Amino acid sequence: MIPLSGFVSQLLEIILALAFAPLLTGWVNQCRAWLQNRSAPGLLQPYRALHKLFNKESVVAESASPIFRIAPYIVFGCMALVCAIAPTLSTDLPLAPAADTIALVGLFALARVFISLAAMDIGTSFGTLGARREMLIGFLAEPALLMVLFSASLITQSTSLANIVETLAHQPFAIYPSLAVAGVAFTFVALAENARVPVDNPATHLELTMIHEALILEYSGRHLALIEWAAALKLFAYSCIGLALFFPWGIAGAGTPLAMIVAIPVLLAKLAIGGVLLALIETINAKMRLFRVPEFLATAFLLAVIALLVHVLLGA
Amino acid sequence: MFFWEPEVNTLLTQSINLFATGLLVLAFAMIAQRRILTLIHLFTLQGASLVAATLVVAYLTDQHHLYYSAAITFVLKVVLIPILLHRLIDRLNVRWDVETLFNIPTTMLIGIVLVIFAFNLATPIAGLSASIARGTLGIALASVLLSFLMMIVRAKAVPQVIGFLSMENGLFFAATAATSGMPMLVELGIAFDVLVGILILGVFMFQIREQFDSLDIRHLEKLKEE
Amino acid sequence: MAHLDWILVLVGGWLGLGLLGILALRHTDFVARVLFPAGAAIALGLAAIALSALFDDPETAVLPLGLPNLPFHLRLDGLSAYFLLVIGAAGAGISVFAAGYFRQGEGTPPGLLCLEYHVFLASMALVVLADDAYAFMVMWETMALSSFFLVTANHRVPAIRQAGFLYLLVAHIGAIAILLCFGVLQANTGDYSFANMRAQSLSPLWASAAFLLATFGFGAKAGILPLHVWLPEAHPAAPSPVSALMSGVMLKTAIYGILRIGFDLLNAQLWWWGALLLALGLATALFGVVFSAVQTDMKRLLAYSSIENIGLLFVGIGLGVLFNAYGMHALSALALTAALYHVISHAFFKSLLFLGTGSVLHATGERSLGKLGGLMRRMPWVGWLVLIGVLASSGLPPLSGFVAEWLLLQSFLFTTELPNSFLNMLVPVVAAAIALVAALAGYAMVKFFGVIFLGQPREAKLAEAQDASLLERAGLIWLASGCVVLGLFPVPLIGAIDRVTQLLIGTGIASTVRNNGWLLLAPTTLERASYSPLIFLAVTCLAVLLAVLLVHRLYHGRVRFAPPWDCGYPAQTARMQDTAEGFGQPIRQIFEPFIRMRRELPSPFDEKPIYHVRIEDHLWHWLYLPIARTTERFARLVGRLQQGRIAIYLLYSFLTLLVLLLVVVAK
Repeated sequence: MIPLSGFVSQLLEIILALAFAPLLTGWVNQCRAWLQNRSAPGLLQPYRALHKLFNKESVVAESASPIFRIAPYIVFGCMALVCAIAPTLSTDLPLAPAADTIALVGLFALARVFISLAAMDIGTSFGTLGARREMLIGFLAEPALLMVLFSASLITQSTSLANIVETLAHQPFAIYPSLAVAGVAFTFVALAENARVPVDNPATHLELTMIHEALILEYSGRHLALIEWAAALKLFAYSCIGLALFFPWGIAGAGTPLAMIVAIPVLLAKLAIGGVLLALIETINAKMRLFRVPEFLATAFLLAVIALLVHVLLGA
Repeated sequence: MFFWEPEVNTLLTQSINLFATGLLVLAFAMIAQRRILTLIHLFTLQGASLVAATLVVAYLTDQHHLYYSAAITFVLKVVLIPILLHRLIDRLNVRWDVETLFNIPTTMLIGIVLVIFAFNLATPIAGLSASIARGTLGIALASVLLSFLMMIVRAKAVPQVIGFLSMENGLFFAATAATSGMPMLVELGIAFDVLVGILILGVFMFQIREQFDSLDIRHLEKLKEE
Repeated sequence: MAHLDWILVLVGGWLGLGLLGILALRHTDFVARVLFPAGAAIALGLAAIALSALFDDPETAVLPLGLPNLPFHLRLDGLSAYFLLVIGAAGAGISVFAAGYFRQGEGTPPGLLCLEYHVFLASMALVVLADDAYAFMVMWETMALSSFFLVTANHRVPAIRQAGFLYLLVAHIGAIAILLCFGVLQANTGDYSFANMRAQSLSPLWASAAFLLATFGFGAKAGILPLHVWLPEAHPAAPSPVSALMSGVMLKTAIYGILRIGFDLLNAQLWWWGALLLALGLATALFGVVFSAVQTDMKRLLAYSSIENIGLLFVGIGLGVLFNAYGMHALSALALTAALYHVISHAFFKSLLFLGTGSVLHATGERSLGKLGGLMRRMPWVGWLVLIGVLASSGLPPLSGFVAEWLLLQSFLFTTELPNSFLNMLVPVVAAAIALVAALAGYAMVKFFGVIFLGQPREAKLAEAQDASLLERAGLIWLASGCVVLGLFPVPLIGAIDRVTQLLIGTGIASTVRNNGWLLLAPTTLERASYSPLIFLAVTCLAVLLAVLLVHRLYHGRVRFAPPWDCGYPAQTARMQDTAEGFGQPIRQIFEPFIRMRRELPSPFDEKPIYHVRIEDHLWHWLYLPIARTTERFARLVGRLQQGRIAIYLLYSFLTLLVLLLVVVAK
């Protein structure tokens, strides 16, 4: 049976993700506001927004099918599972064998397909436009992400995310050029997948260039709250996966439950630094034209392929 | 000798691979880049990673002439040539030029094919070499080929010059990685050549512009005899 | 009675149903309500027997049919049993659906259609049972002809006749190649039984020739690039159950042929055969998926998606051959397991999708995506069931498409130890391309489902669309549950596939998988890779339920229905929704060099502006039209021989006779 320590670390991880994901979003927003010489909305603003949205009634279009109403829950469920299998604090996760890196990419794809279908459900122009753009980003970002994860898999001889991180974190320090290249590709993909500048701007509404906001234009009330929360979870999961793959130090291994006590502050510190860097990227870049996005992602995809090739050549 | 020295040496050897990979990625980024100004930045970065790699090789193999060549590379490729290029694009007023070129994803796909080709070519050769960084020979070769590709697909003169310089970076790296550097005299000669080459090309570009009012090298096609 | 006898009885039953159909030529009700359901029952029985035969020893039989001294040899081994299972399982769902589908008949009288349909099923079953080249070719041709008549069921439409002709032409060119391949395989012994071919050991040159001929011949049937042109024409032209049968099942007989010849009849393999299959499969998959994403006809979209899936199957088989040639049998078993898993998974989801389009076609009379939309509310049964097919087809967890994809990608990850450095470099690139194909398939499928079932109805008549009849629903439910069950319980099926890989390469992955427990799918070790669709589904469902419960308990569940937000522009109509062309536009733009487009753009002064874009295939213009022109030119030269005077024809005969006599004398 599952040992108690694994159960605890699993539960702790999920709770941490659900609780702290909006905080990360708030932190990034705050850093960005500081960097852009604006006054920031306060660190807890995302929680207030979620609370407000949950209290409001949901307005659903008359022409909506049930897909529209279940999609937010499915997206939320997918992101919760992603956070459960990503080793944020510990690699001792009972749920980790259920889904490896390929299934992780599949989970992101599942969420993407449902949110796109929901956007097409109403039949407004913006919804379909958003769905089309989201799928456009997805079909390039997914294979790029998979290749990034594969270059880590090749090094560690495992596709299980927990095992990859376990191997990377608890071995003598070594420089992996392939992982460095993969890290660049991962950054590109993470920016695109989380609707960040330079691919999309999460702060704007109703511009002809919006992607994520166009998808969820018809949502309101608790449905919108769930989607926003899921978006925050996605950012959290991506940040954690990136940190775990490229800066794995401090994550507790199997059989060391006490290391979790250290792991939490380490993770928060790493996330805080990551948030600042994200805000910095968003500030010094301009949003690119929509048809530059495939090029941007194709670059990420090819970089990831190069990472694999470098691994085959150098064996590292 | 300190007790941690072997470990540091392993790390340093690995870092040569890292810098080599950086060289390759930068060569790749140049192919994907449209803006001339960014191209120059990328070139400068490439020079910097080359200097770093040379320094590491020099330290590990204890060859003093490599320190000198790293210094020369630094002065030339990280300081002097970028300054010259900046002045050049200012004077030519092409600083913010965005160049339209042959479909970028297609070029990058060709680039991947080149990388595979180069890696394969270098694998048997690398087996013969006894140098510490023999795995990087394939990367150096790939960078050279990528820069060559960049020279082919570019339509303007300045990016072509940058492509030429970055090709020289790749060659220099190949020399350092495979044979622990060339004789000092040869290196000095090449450095001088590159510098003079830049100056001549700069003058040449002014002439092209005077003649055609543009830096598009397609105009040169008119020069052939009818 | 042995399994094989039962199977023969059942196949005979199919033929009997077909004959009954001829007797009741125009009794639509009798044919639809009695004969087709009976056919479905037979198919189900066939699947059950095939499943039990899979775990039994091979059986042989000799049918006293055919020419004197040339009887049909039949053999039921693991490979044939597995493909019989696919034919039976998918065929059962399709037959049930067809019972509800053929109402008025589609041009051809229903009884005749019933005959052709059941002969088609029976010939597919016999193709995989054949144990000599003669029986194989007879059944192969029967299969081609019966499906040709089914495709041209609606033969009054010129486009359908054309599609049928193209299909017949390519099928026969392929058949010639297969015949030649058997000729090479029997190695001048004059004995065309498979047992003899297995015993021959060919030189690498002749073995390669046989393999290339087989690849060409079966590739033509499967729709491999550049022999794919008939597929997007023929599959949409046929009535939907027939499209389902062709795409879901018939293409698999070509896969069977490749496996039978490549692994069973040829006893040694060369590594470059695998590389060739890999390259062909990859090109086909990429081509198929890009074209599927830009189609505007729902059945053509699915037909191109079939091309893509066939490409993936070839990639899996190619990888299997590659590993096997280098003696890495365990990896070869993994790659083949992935391919065989995809065979059955594709049979289910593609049949489901094609049948779904059939229901839509019946309800609306429209095939063009530009005139559909919003059917989810009118046809909820079809909508939800097709959604399952769409998710499986996009390779999303936890459905069946994902398991095959997962296994295939796993086999790529093990490939770094090949002794050939060039292949070592290429494999990651191929894996990346496979990932790209899978993601693009999702794009095409979202377009397919979103444009047909979601949004608002683009035409007024869609408001009267009726949901599928009970029998149709039953067929769809059978296939959809297949997708779900295969997705959730991969371990038992892998146990079945293991019998096939044991037969083909002498090893399998089932024992390792079973050691790791039925809950987790782990082809090697648990540390290396594992996937558990059940836990996956359970946790996701739990999260969804908790979210619903908590949100409703802590806050409220109030919903207000209102018109969708119109951006302040009230004069919107359903025609202003994004179209299928619009949805495919980014793909068209990105992959422009691969697609030949003909655009008609409106000018500003047009009274009735028309925008029209036609997607064409480069290969048609670069390969097929030149071949057609050359053939015509050659035919014209031959035509000169025809003078129309009887004396000249007699002269030809006379000269031929003289030459033949001379040859005889010379000998």
